[in-house]
Amino acid sequence: MPDAPTADKARLDREFTELYRAHLRDVYSYSYYRVGNHHDAEDLTTQTFLQAYRHFERAQRESHGRPLRPWLIRIAHNLAANLYRDRSRKPQSAIDDSMPLPAIHTTEDLVEGRDELARILDGVQQLPDDRREALIMRFALGMDNREIARALGRTDGATKVLIHRAIRQLQEIVGT
Amino acid sequence: MSDAGASHHPDLETLLRRALAPIEPPADLTDRLEARLQTITELAADELEAWELSAMRDPRNWARPAAAVVVGGAAGAALVVLRARHRAAARRRRPSGVVDAAERALREVFSEARRLAR
Repeated sequence: MPDAPTADKARLDREFTELYRAHLRDVYSYSYYRVGNHHDAEDLTTQTFLQAYRHFERAQRESHGRPLRPWLIRIAHNLAANLYRDRSRKPQSAIDDSMPLPAIHTTEDLVEGRDELARILDGVQQLPDDRREALIMRFALGMDNREIARALGRTDGATKVLIHRAIRQLQEIVGT
Repeated sequence: MSDAGASHHPDLETLLRRALAPIEPPADLTDRLEARLQTITELAADELEAWELSAMRDPRNWARPAAAVVVGGAAGAALVVLRARHRAAARRRRPSGVVDAAERALREVFSEARRLAR
């Protein structure tokens, strides 16, 4: 029979595996739309889960049963910010230059609405960082206001305003 | 998603949902990440601080742990080697690739150096 610490670690590892499997696509989707290419998205996803594992026990303890997805996305958000900060020291091509349409889009999408979707994506890339991130969390990950607020470290009310303004600005950009 | 604060723009919301469709991670990423997570779950929690692969692979980041070994003096360096050897012995009992083994050894030395630097 395993001793208590071993059993705790086994339980923790099992729960982390569940978290990882449940949210890998979320973290990858967020990363991809944030950095604009698969290579960096893979790196960001990997680093996010490695860092999450380091702090998983404490996060679980402090979450009081709330979902951990906002915490995971917040890690990815911080790591992405670090990535951009590091890269800002050397010239890079703009992210929106390399942002392709997601591979998951159907043939119908590509035939009927490719231009329109590309215009929307281009508009999203023109938004200020916080507004763009909020829209990614809302529409790519399906997060509600409370989750987005936790991921961005804002109040629910401020998040609602942020998303409203993001959509209004996007509407002006794309002229919908 | 009715709480978007954006209910006045239903068409744009529909377009956004299509434009920002979820992205499936590549299958090989899933495999690699699972393998890496499997490896780190075998490590003690206090070793995980050294698990910053990108930082560790960058030679510019080697200076601080290396300096810590120097500052720690001969006794500290000996402790690093002893602990690293102890873990290496444990590692030999597990099958692993050459690159993994080298990476782990490097990580262990950094980990000990950081511990001594505190």
